[in-house]
Amino acid sequence: MRPTFSIICFTVLSGIGYGAWFLAGISLATHPLCFALDESSMSRLPGSLCNLPLTNLVSFLLAFALVATGLLCSLAHLGKPKRAWRALSQWRSSWLSREGIAALVTFVPASLLALTGFLVWTTNHPSWVFAPFWSMFALPLLGICLSAGALITVYCTANIYSSLKTIRAWHDRKVVAAYLLLALYGGLLFATAMARSDFAWMSVRDALCVITVMVAIPCVWLKYRYWRSLDTQPHISTGHAVGLELLGITRPLEAPHTEENYLTREMGFVLARKHSRKLRAIAFGLILFSPIVGFLLGLAIGPAASWLALTGGTLGLFVERWLFFAEARHAVIAYYGR
Amino acid sequence: MTSLPSPSPKKLGLVIDLDICVGCHACAVACKEWNDGGEFGPLPDADPYGGEPNGVWFNRVHTYAVEQETPQGARELTVHFPRSCLHCETPACVTVCPTGASYKRAEDGIVLVDEDKCIGCQLCAWACPYGAREISAKKGTMQKCTLCVDRIYNETLDEADRQPACVMACPTRARHFGDLGDAQSPVSRLVAERDGYALMPEFGYKPVNRYLPPRPRRDGASASPAPAREETLEREKLPGVLRWLDRVLSR
Repeated sequence: MRPTFSIICFTVLSGIGYGAWFLAGISLATHPLCFALDESSMSRLPGSLCNLPLTNLVSFLLAFALVATGLLCSLAHLGKPKRAWRALSQWRSSWLSREGIAALVTFVPASLLALTGFLVWTTNHPSWVFAPFWSMFALPLLGICLSAGALITVYCTANIYSSLKTIRAWHDRKVVAAYLLLALYGGLLFATAMARSDFAWMSVRDALCVITVMVAIPCVWLKYRYWRSLDTQPHISTGHAVGLELLGITRPLEAPHTEENYLTREMGFVLARKHSRKLRAIAFGLILFSPIVGFLLGLAIGPAASWLALTGGTLGLFVERWLFFAEARHAVIAYYGR
Repeated sequence: MTSLPSPSPKKLGLVIDLDICVGCHACAVACKEWNDGGEFGPLPDADPYGGEPNGVWFNRVHTYAVEQETPQGARELTVHFPRSCLHCETPACVTVCPTGASYKRAEDGIVLVDEDKCIGCQLCAWACPYGAREISAKKGTMQKCTLCVDRIYNETLDEADRQPACVMACPTRARHFGDLGDAQSPVSRLVAERDGYALMPEFGYKPVNRYLPPRPRRDGASASPAPAREETLEREKLPGVLRWLDRVLSR
C-alpha cells in the first residue's frame, strides 16, 4: 500500500496524543485536584500527591494539540474533506465511522477538562473546584471518560486496518495490539518529556522512563513477530486471482493499460520491500533504545534527555508506521502480477 | 445505509466467457464512453493528452499467459481477462463505508456509490480484492461500475438495448448480462453448462458475476494450423452475369 503522509501523520501524532490523554485521564481520575493546582498551592493537598504525569494544563493542552493535528491530517487524505461530517453516520458497520465518533466524543471530556484547567488558571484557584461535586465526582468521571475515549478511539483506528481481509498483513490481531501498545508508548514518552523539571518531579521522570522501557519491550517484540509473519505469508498468485490456477501457471502477458493507474499506484508500492530489512532495524532500534538512552542520559544531563527520547521514539514510530503501510500487499496486485 | 440489505432474489450481474474473449478492449472503451456521458458521468482523466494520461476505468482487460504441460510438450494458452465490479452479495466495500455513500440496492443487488455523499476516503477501494473501485483524482470521489443502471432500466432505449454498454459492445458475445439469482435465466443456465466460477470466493464476499473458463483444447499440443483449404467455385451454379464475370476475370 502507498504510504500516504497524511495517514502516517494522523496515526502517529494522534496515537501519541491519545496515549498521553489515556495517562492524563488515569492521573486525573485518581488525583482529580492535581489539575487545579500549581506548585505553589500544592501544599494545600496532603502527602505526595500530584506526582502523576500530564496533570498540568500546558502538557494537557499540548496533548490536545497532538490529537487535533493528527485528526486534521487525516482529513487531508480525503477527496472531499468538507463532507467529513458524513463519516459519523455508519457506525453500525464501519470502523472508520466508529473511529470518527469515538474521536469526537473523546473531545467532550478533554474539552471540559481543558476548560476547567483554564478557569482554574485564570481565576486563581477558585473554591468551587474543591467542592465535593468537582473533586470527588466530576473531575474523576471526566478523567475516566477521557481514558476510555482515548483507548476506544485507538482501538477503532487499528480495527479500520485489521478488518481489511484484502490486506493479509493487516488482517491480524497483532495489528490492534501493536496500535494500542505503541500509542501508550508514545504517550509515555510524551509524559516523560512533560514531567516538570523542579526537583520534586525528577523521580517521576525516572520512573516514567523505566515504565516506557518496559512498554517498549513488548512493542518491539510484537512488531518483530508481525514482521516475521509478514515474511512467511504466501502471496496470492495471479493464477488464483484469475481463477485459472488449475489450467497451469498463469503470468501477466499484457497489462490493461500502458500507464500506471490508481490501483497500481495505491496498492502496488514496492519501494519498501527493497529496503525493509534496514528500515525495520531502524524502527526497532529507535523505539527500543530511545527511552533507554533517555534514561541513562537523563542521569547526566537532566530533563533535556527525555526530549531527546521523545524525538527519537517519535521518529521510530514514523518509520514503523511508514513500513506498516508500505510493506502491506493488497490482494488486487495479484492481477498485475507484481 | 451501509448495512447490507436482506438478500434479494434478483441478482443482476455479468457472465464473462474467457474462452472467446479476444481481448479487443471494446467493452472497456464502450464502458468508458457511456459512463463519461451517462447519468453518472463525466469520468474525466488527468493529463488526457499529456505524457502520462490516467483516469478511472470501470473495466480493465488483462491478458495472461497460462503455461500448460501436455503430453506433446509445453505450450502457452493466452487468456484475455476483463476485470470489473462483481456486484458481490456481501461486499466489504459497502460495509466499510463510513458515510453510507457506498450501497447495495435491495431490489436487484447492484452496488453503487452515491457521489453526493462520498468523502473520498478510499477505504472501499482498499476493502475490494478485485480492484473494482478507483478514485477520480479530478472529482475526489470513488467511482465504480454501475452495471449501467442508467441503461438497463432506461425506457427511452429500445428493449434490446437495455443492457450494459460493455455487453452491447462485445463483438464476440463473450459478455452476457442477466439475473443470476434466477436459476432458469439464460445466464444461470450458461454458468451451469460451462462450470462458471466466481473469483477468489475465499474472501466470502460472494461475487455475483461469473467467469466461464476456457474450453479444453481438442488437439492437445499439436497446435499447428490446419492447411489452408483450396477454395472451389462451382461455376455451373452461378447466375449468368456472375458466370460471365468469372470467365472474363479468369482469363
